[in-house]
Amino acid sequence: MDISTFIQQLINGISLGSMYGLIAIGYTMVYGVLRLINFAHGDIMMVGAFSSFFGMSVLGLDIYSSVVFAILISVIVGVLTDKVAYKPLRHAPRISLLITAIGISFFLENLVNVLFGGTPKSFHAPAFFDQTFQIGSAIFTPLVFIVPLVTILLLLLLLTLLYRTKYGIAIRALAFDIKTVSLMGIDVNKIIMYVFIIGSSLAAVGGVFWAINYPILTPYMGVMIGLKAFAAAVLGGIGSVYGAFLGGVILGFTEVIFVAFFPEYGGYKDAIAFVFLILVLLFRPTGIMGINFEKARF
Amino acid sequence: MFPLSKTNLLKLFLILSIVLFLFVAQNNFNDYTIRILNNIAIFIILAASYNLINGVTGQFSLEPNGFVAIGAYVTALALLSEDMKWELFQLEDPHPWILALHLDLIPALFFSGLAATIVAVFLATPVFRVRGDYLAIVTLGFGFIIKVIAINNPEFTNGSIGLNEIPTVINLYWTGGLAILTVIFMLNVIYSKYGRAMKAVRDDEDAASAIGINTFKIKTLAFGTSAFFEGVGGGLLAILLTTISPDLFTFFLTFQLLIIIVLGGLGSMTGAVIGSVIVVGGMEWLRFLDGPLFLFGMDFGSHPGLRMVVFSVLLIIIMLFAREGIMGKRELFTLFKRKGKK
Repeated sequence: MDISTFIQQLINGISLGSMYGLIAIGYTMVYGVLRLINFAHGDIMMVGAFSSFFGMSVLGLDIYSSVVFAILISVIVGVLTDKVAYKPLRHAPRISLLITAIGISFFLENLVNVLFGGTPKSFHAPAFFDQTFQIGSAIFTPLVFIVPLVTILLLLLLLTLLYRTKYGIAIRALAFDIKTVSLMGIDVNKIIMYVFIIGSSLAAVGGVFWAINYPILTPYMGVMIGLKAFAAAVLGGIGSVYGAFLGGVILGFTEVIFVAFFPEYGGYKDAIAFVFLILVLLFRPTGIMGINFEKARF
Repeated sequence: MFPLSKTNLLKLFLILSIVLFLFVAQNNFNDYTIRILNNIAIFIILAASYNLINGVTGQFSLEPNGFVAIGAYVTALALLSEDMKWELFQLEDPHPWILALHLDLIPALFFSGLAATIVAVFLATPVFRVRGDYLAIVTLGFGFIIKVIAINNPEFTNGSIGLNEIPTVINLYWTGGLAILTVIFMLNVIYSKYGRAMKAVRDDEDAASAIGINTFKIKTLAFGTSAFFEGVGGGLLAILLTTISPDLFTFFLTFQLLIIIVLGGLGSMTGAVIGSVIVVGGMEWLRFLDGPLFLFGMDFGSHPGLRMVVFSVLLIIIMLFAREGIMGKRELFTLFKRKGKK
């Protein structure tokens, strides 16, 4: 493998990883606050991708307004999920919450299946994304640069929000101790709603990127991507926002490099995330960022 | 040996009436009804064994589709003749081991269960290092890995094409009989000392460990036992369907089983039976939802998948408003026990 092919794979890997990272941030934040694996999060990403498809093909929006539309719909779905399915179970056993989350995930998949039909939809991105340019012998599409850039911008924005604003302090405090925070006169449910808004909008952006990159949409696309993003969040250290991004990039990079080096085992690409997951849980359950559940948060 | 208490009489009555029902059904009902009953019986086997790990031991795992897939493949490969295998395997020639594998029904089912158990025991070490949500996601990943392996090893599994023309060698006596045996076995496990240890692990793992229960051993035992019956159930499913492929055993199967045991009541074996009857029967009954719909004189068009929307809403509603399910943690034959004698 020569150097320019390596750089090409590196950049492709970072781009794929940024998408995992965007989705992983939602998992990590909800887990941090509610200690719940939001099984429906991958499906919220799918809702984002489908809304943008719907916005462009039916409502005639351009790509930018369709992203806004996708964010809007995903946020509505995410917040409704929290209000309808998770809020009544705040004091119930954790398993009940998990089962409800799985129920929501299945509900969203099948609802989209009923609304749009089961046949895969092809996503028509504007011609801008189809052009390619060459550096040395490596060929790139504009998206492989746009995705990491936007992701890093959003990450910086999120970190500013978490560390520089009152709401960010409340979110981080919530992750420490919900009971005490509610005694301090903070509306816990409102803060949890903000967490869902952040997570869902990032997932929607991730969904649109995914749709442009892999333009075949199916109602069940969110399951696999969601699982991998969750594995990325655990790899990075669940509860940590940087960790989620870092885990996503590592996972995406490994997948791309694995296929480049061992094309004959390309079919096993989807298993890498779970191998990572199992190894991390076996040897370092706190992940790369080493978040200790009882102490640090985010 | 068997004191004729009210509870035992009720148990005996339940079993005899089911056997009688099976006898009547096999001889009088039409093929369609018998097929649904077969389906219900297999789901009872799967749900009862899933309930052991999920409801009784309280380990929220999402693995059944993986074990069912293993069982289905072992049974299918064992029952297909050598000529059939040469004919079916189109991607690559069958592996010599696969060609040599040829068994009768009973050993085939037994080895299906055994294969699933062996995998379960190996899996237990990584899986039971974690609890709660993590356990769910690791076991969910396992189902995906089984699928990836099945697709990528065409000399063993015929890849994504799958296997078909599996000989139909079972009738309602087989599925129903095995369902009854599974439920009786599971009930005996629950009321044994191991069952009590499992319940202790569910209610408070740290406390159970503190009073000297080897929680890892107990969890592995429950996992292996439930894997065995899931493997057997998978074998029966393969025979009933006659065609299997890696795409058949997705998370959807696990989801159905989850609805069944949640509806019946997590931890109740007779609840799992009732849940299977309602969910599998309901799936058939609601089939009209997937076809063209006319409600109140209006044409709603055809919406394949609407059934699943209904079932996922059902699951959410049960969790929100009736978390105990139908039976809670009770069993059918203990319903009439005098209160205060718990």
